[in-house]
Amino acid sequence: MSRYLAKVDVMPKDGISDPQGQTIERALPALGLQGISSVRVGKSISLQIDAADEGDARRRVSEVCSRLLANPVIESFHVVVLPL
Amino acid sequence: MTVRAAVVVFPGTNCERDCALVLERLGAGVELLWHTESDLHGADIVVLPGGFAHGDYLRTGAIARFSPVMDAVTTHARSGGLVIGICNGFQVLCEAGLLPGALRKNRGLSFLCRWIEVRVCNYGTPFTGRAEQGQTLRLPINHFEGGYYCDDSTLAELQENGQVTLRYEDNPNGSLEDIAGITNAAGNVLGLMPHPERACEALLGSEDGVVLLASMIDSALQAA
Repeated sequence: MSRYLAKVDVMPKDGISDPQGQTIERALPALGLQGISSVRVGKSISLQIDAADEGDARRRVSEVCSRLLANPVIESFHVVVLPL
Repeated sequence: MTVRAAVVVFPGTNCERDCALVLERLGAGVELLWHTESDLHGADIVVLPGGFAHGDYLRTGAIARFSPVMDAVTTHARSGGLVIGICNGFQVLCEAGLLPGALRKNRGLSFLCRWIEVRVCNYGTPFTGRAEQGQTLRLPINHFEGGYYCDDSTLAELQENGQVTLRYEDNPNGSLEDIAGITNAAGNVLGLMPHPERACEALLGSEDGVVLLASMIDSALQAA
């Protein structure tokens, strides 16, 4: 068993409107910032996991994501696993 | 016979006493059921009231779904027992997979606390038996995450099966197809964002909530 650090990004699915992202985007011109588009707001979650290897860690974290951390109806997730 | 209603209380639930008071006035026997209970104590009706179950951390209803009581609620629902989820309770039912879809942040990102009108779209459900043809109900909403969403195929199923039970007359939150409340395919589980329990006294602005809650009690009596 080794310990791994998992970084999970949970984002609104493609095609699903994101009022937070849109609000931020609308505020940018007021700062004098141009050329920024497609702002999306999600969540970043980090956790540590004891697993046999990196693949095992990634598989188990993905299960946690699909069962709890993300709602598959409206959100997608991306997992990065790093050895500690 | 007295209809028995279990009103589930999660940490952070805050509408359970209003629900209990109204259901008692409508003739039901009511028990408040803490979320760690694994048994419904013979309830005919389960109420998941509004509030902020488990602080609404992560997503509304996401943690509540794993409360021990939800296994019993799921068994009750799958065997045809009546379940109503109001506001946060609707969100919990979606997260638990007892209703399709999800509730998203309101369009405009405002917390909405006001009166709205909803149109009854299906009179054949156990929750709308007392509604008159074409009736609109004046009910309060009180939510930040009330925008109903589901994918196209789920929406088609909802419409085909008559599962869309309530629609906003003037959509306040960006909800898909003006949806304010849906049932499951079997019709015994209703989730809705407005609060019928807060609209049961003329003095408080409306008695229209009685239509839904008394219909539900009628249905439980008929099933007994």
